[in-house]
Amino acid sequence: MTMSPSVITPVSFNRRLKNRVVQGLVWLAFILAVIPLISVIWLVVKNGLARFDTEFLTHSMRNIGARDAGGGAYHAILGTLEQVGLATLISVPVGLLTAIYLVEYGQGRRLARSISFFVDVMTGIPSVVAGLFILAFWVLVLGLGYSGFAGALALSILMMPTVVRSTEEMLRLVPNELREASYALGVPKWKTILRIVLPTAFTGIITGIMLAIARVAGETAPLLLTVFITDSINTDPFTGPQMGLPLYIFDQMGRPNDTAIDRAWAGALTLILFVMLLNLAARIIAWWRSPAKGR
Amino acid sequence: MAKQIEVSDLDAYYGSHKAIEGITMTVEPRSVTAFIGPSGCGKSTFLRTLNRMHEVIPGARVQGKIMLEDQDLYDKDVDPVSVRRTVGMVFQRPNPFPTMSIFDNVAAGLRLNGRISKSEAQGIVETSLKDANLWNEVKDRLNKPGSGLSGGQQQRLCIARAIAVSPAVLLMDEPCSALDPISTLAIEDLIAKLKNDYTIVIVTHNMQQAARVSDRTAFFNLAGQGQPGKLVEMDETSKIFTNPTQKATEDYITGRFG
Ligand SMILES: Nc1ncnc2c1ncn2[C@@H]1O[C@H](COP(=O)(O)OP(=O)(O)O)[C@@H](O)[C@H]1O
Ligand SMILES: [Mg+2]
Repeated sequence: MTMSPSVITPVSFNRRLKNRVVQGLVWLAFILAVIPLISVIWLVVKNGLARFDTEFLTHSMRNIGARDAGGGAYHAILGTLEQVGLATLISVPVGLLTAIYLVEYGQGRRLARSISFFVDVMTGIPSVVAGLFILAFWVLVLGLGYSGFAGALALSILMMPTVVRSTEEMLRLVPNELREASYALGVPKWKTILRIVLPTAFTGIITGIMLAIARVAGETAPLLLTVFITDSINTDPFTGPQMGLPLYIFDQMGRPNDTAIDRAWAGALTLILFVMLLNLAARIIAWWRSPAKGR
Repeated sequence: MAKQIEVSDLDAYYGSHKAIEGITMTVEPRSVTAFIGPSGCGKSTFLRTLNRMHEVIPGARVQGKIMLEDQDLYDKDVDPVSVRRTVGMVFQRPNPFPTMSIFDNVAAGLRLNGRISKSEAQGIVETSLKDANLWNEVKDRLNKPGSGLSGGQQQRLCIARAIAVSPAVLLMDEPCSALDPISTLAIEDLIAKLKNDYTIVIVTHNMQQAARVSDRTAFFNLAGQGQPGKLVEMDETSKIFTNPTQKATEDYITGRFG
């Protein structure tokens, strides 16, 4: 190896230039990525604020004539909360337990490998297909009709693989040394998972779940096939058609009057706020549970 | 209460790979036994067979017999979980539970193994931290996370956590290798104190440390690449370091190999 005698030299012009150019490119890429985000938010806020009022949040579309102003999305907000809530109740326990099995018990067993394969397959299912499946199976074959719960089933098909994958990732991040430290204290494996592994991964798991919820909260196609559409309040998610915010936006956008278009924008604003609140909640939980806070 | 360990003809495997072979030895109670030997000769593996931590690794298994006083550790009726309550362990890298405070770390073994009252926990946490020579440094911040301590303090916290469940034996796998000299001395002082109450086994790469802290020393070696590790000889520490019977031991401690 030939080396010049060791002299400490200033950073060459060439390197400075390259550094500048690459820095510029990185900024450019960042700006390009942010432009669509900012413009979407700006557009939704600008158009949505016109009808984002108390009436909108507290009234349904019942008895609102085709050209009438007024009316609201109360029935849709209620529907979305119930559908997404039920979907979460179904998919989180199943997803969590699946991930725990894959990481803590599977260890290369054939069952674990095939579950992992099917989770991958599920991740790729288009949301329309999930809706069609529930339509065919739940609504038509079992004859249980349209309902919020049928929609929740379709949404949970979409949520489950996301929950499994994100939880799995978080559990794998927990250092094995912590498990061993717990075993070495004479703590059984199940208790180690419950009291050491899960709390350590807690913030990551919650963030993953919140993101999964946010993902499905805006799904339209599967709800169209399973929840259908209504203008009235239906508090019971188990019987009869319901509304949901994505359905509401879709429905109002399809109507010819400006009053309806305004309602659609307000619905979009509500949906975005809902997703943002979820993210905020995830952050607050993460901060509250963070060990660095030094309770 | 310290207990004696008697190992006879022990083999340990990782899958089909035999890591150690034919180990027979007696570990005396209320004393410090040091394991020395080149890397990869199976010291950690052997140490982990002593509290049935070896079998935690998928595909790992053990053949042979280990008696803890009159208990056969590998009897098929024995619950490995209860073995680990009796034979505690301290690891190479300090590993306090990151979600827990200093107090909760020390109390973890007690709490996870059953309900104990708050006052009972307080008493045990205080004595364990005092025994681990850490009490004075942390008594004002017991509710702060354990991960905020220095490496040496964390390791003493882990020792406190291990002795809080009052085991009979304490296994230490290179407990000082990630620590600075001052912290190392603190741990060595602690080991000298703990041996009054516990049977202590320590793996170390540091000859001086073995000479300083241990009463008996076991030298492990492997015949060649891919061969299982074996116990070459075991004797009083002073004898091993001044007048070993085996040539390999002498070569190793005088630094001719390893
Ligand atoms: N988790 C494991 N899986 C497979 N082989 C292992 C594992 N841990 C250690 N071994 C093997 O066992 C032998 C002994 O290793 P170890 O007990 O760690 O030695 P030491 O602690 O003396 O350095 C080595 O050949 C090592 O490759
Ligand atoms: Mg080792």
